[in-house]
Amino acid sequence: MEKRVIFKNKVLPYFLVAPQIAITLVFFIWPALMAIYQSVQQEDPFGLSTEFVGLENFSYIFTDPIYLNSIKVTMVFSLSVAAISMCTALLLAVMADRVIRGATTYKTLIIWPYAVAAVAAAVLWYFLFNPTVGMISFFLKKMGVDWNFALKGGQAMLLVILASSWRQIAYNFLFFLAGLQAIPKPFIEAAAIDGASPWKRFWTIVFPLLSPTVFFLLVMNLVYAFFETFGVIHAITEGGPNEATNTMVFKIYHDVFEAVDLGGSAAQSVVLMVLVIALTVIQFRYIERKVHY
Amino acid sequence: MKRWGLILLAIVMLFSFSATSAQAVTEINWWFAHGGRLGEKVQSIVSDFNSMQNKYKVVATYKGNYSDTMMAGIAAFRSQTPPHILQVFEVGTASMMAAKGAIKPVYEVMAEAGLPWTPDAYLSTVTGYYTTSDGKMLSMPFNSSTPVLYYNVEAFKKAGLDPDKPPRTWSEVEAYAKKLVAAGYGGGFSTAWISWIHLENFSAWHNAPFGTKANGFEGLDTEFVFNSPLHVKHVQNLADWQKDKVFVYGGRRNKGNAKFSSGEVAMYTESSAGYAGFKKTCKFPFKTSMLPYYKGAAGAPQNTIIGGASLWVMEGHSDAEYKGVATFFNYLSSPAVQADWHQFTGYLPITTDAYYLTKGQGVYDEKPGMETALKQMTLNKPTANSRGLRFGNFVQMRAIMYDTLEAIFTGEVTAQEGLDDAAQKGNRLLRKFEKANK
Repeated sequence: MEKRVIFKNKVLPYFLVAPQIAITLVFFIWPALMAIYQSVQQEDPFGLSTEFVGLENFSYIFTDPIYLNSIKVTMVFSLSVAAISMCTALLLAVMADRVIRGATTYKTLIIWPYAVAAVAAAVLWYFLFNPTVGMISFFLKKMGVDWNFALKGGQAMLLVILASSWRQIAYNFLFFLAGLQAIPKPFIEAAAIDGASPWKRFWTIVFPLLSPTVFFLLVMNLVYAFFETFGVIHAITEGGPNEATNTMVFKIYHDVFEAVDLGGSAAQSVVLMVLVIALTVIQFRYIERKVHY
Repeated sequence: MKRWGLILLAIVMLFSFSATSAQAVTEINWWFAHGGRLGEKVQSIVSDFNSMQNKYKVVATYKGNYSDTMMAGIAAFRSQTPPHILQVFEVGTASMMAAKGAIKPVYEVMAEAGLPWTPDAYLSTVTGYYTTSDGKMLSMPFNSSTPVLYYNVEAFKKAGLDPDKPPRTWSEVEAYAKKLVAAGYGGGFSTAWISWIHLENFSAWHNAPFGTKANGFEGLDTEFVFNSPLHVKHVQNLADWQKDKVFVYGGRRNKGNAKFSSGEVAMYTESSAGYAGFKKTCKFPFKTSMLPYYKGAAGAPQNTIIGGASLWVMEGHSDAEYKGVATFFNYLSSPAVQADWHQFTGYLPITTDAYYLTKGQGVYDEKPGMETALKQMTLNKPTANSRGLRFGNFVQMRAIMYDTLEAIFTGEVTAQEGLDDAAQKGNRLLRKFEKANK
């Protein structure tokens, strides 16, 4: 069944993949190598004095309570973002899949948030929930909630999780909907004729057939939560209050772009890189086995 | 299509012609960090300079916020294309100072240029922050401000307080705040830049050290001592005052400004440069006064220290270009330019002449709030504790301060435990900086 394209020319295939390889080398591999190199150096911002310090930067960060806390925060944050955005998106996709009239309008509205820039979205959330002038915090206070995320770590965490998930829901929705529409209708109709309830049909037929999409999105969402959320945190909480939202990637951003600590932040980047590689390997080795293509 | 090509060619030729004819003019690049109206003001200062003489042409480029601008300068230096002048915020001072070989001290630039230059003309409380302990100016202060107390005149009247008698001590603040809360306000006072105002300036204002070695001026082997009984007392007071809403925490940086402008709290400590912003956002009359102090504390009130940014000259340019930089700095320091900048922005003037010029123009009679900051800065001759701060990795220290204070305000730790812990974490950063800059 396998289809193979045979190239007669030996050079052409290499030539065709060359741009992709060049981009990967320049934008991914080379910076990664630089980070590893930088992480074993102690260097001033201007590069005037560079000293090889071995693993000192690593021993510094692993004895730093602020860094250790950020690992914990990252775990809670990433898992919550992945869980919330995927569950909500799946629910919305299942609903939208059933809609017949005005389906395009629904879909457009749900996909819309993805077009909003991360920082613009974060500022929007910040103003809605601002303890002094926010509209939603006004109602929360009316309801007797003591809303003040400038001081309450739990509330701050909740807010950045919601703001980060919100955007990702649109992305997940797109994939879930495509996945759902790829499921052959006769399967579901046959089950319906056999008297299976919608709930049963979803879990025994739809969900297993959707598992490749779920798996793909799990990887993508974790990567998103790990790497791409610092803009949201930067705009809303700046890692506070009391380190409650100080994720690893925000700390790296802060340490290099605000504090210009090159060695320390490079070491943190290397740790984050190793962590994400490990997570992805685990996902592919153990979770992928349960996926049916 | 052909005709378009010809026109394009003509334009290119025209440009290359003007470029060659402009080569006689020495170009000076200045990277700055002011957006919006301040940025336009910077450009107008520069274009005035350019039209005044024809030897030098200053090109001012906006590079984003303070951190972005500093990063841009560092990256440019590393790729051997640094600008001549780089604007760096005050917490980056120690990093810039330690970068010998990347920066050229301003006193050297001025001396080599051979232009008439009198260091005494500058306000020492402003330049002191950027001067070595033996009086050599390293960078040129550009935009400097200092924290003051803003208060809502309408609220004072409502609570039966005299708007002409602002609180002078912290116990008066407490008493006033209680009256304001009783009159229906959401809180007594709040603050922006809490570390800068309630710890760094608090130390200088009470003539107490923030760190050893003259706050880091006399060596990299400095250590933080902001966990003294006086500091602990103040921070614990802030924490305790939350119960009666005497004090309300507004968040990091100046995110709490809306608490004052919306009328939620009636007193607010914020940079003197925030004056213009409040003038625009507050729908009520307000005034400013000097920061409160603790009455029993020996040496209080001393003088406050500045925040803001200064201009650093970067290495790697020719003598002729440095002469241009010196000429431009002389122009920047001239009373007319300084007085104009001061009155337009609310930043402090850097020379005494500019101060007297503004005073003579009667500006302070019209806007007495503008003079508060200056009076407070120059209240006493600066001591080793009130000259400024010079600590490495200080940007990270500020982040630690926010976290620590937030932990104290939620009651997770006491002021003593929190400040002890912050000092310890900070000292680790200082040792790291010392090691990297040996």
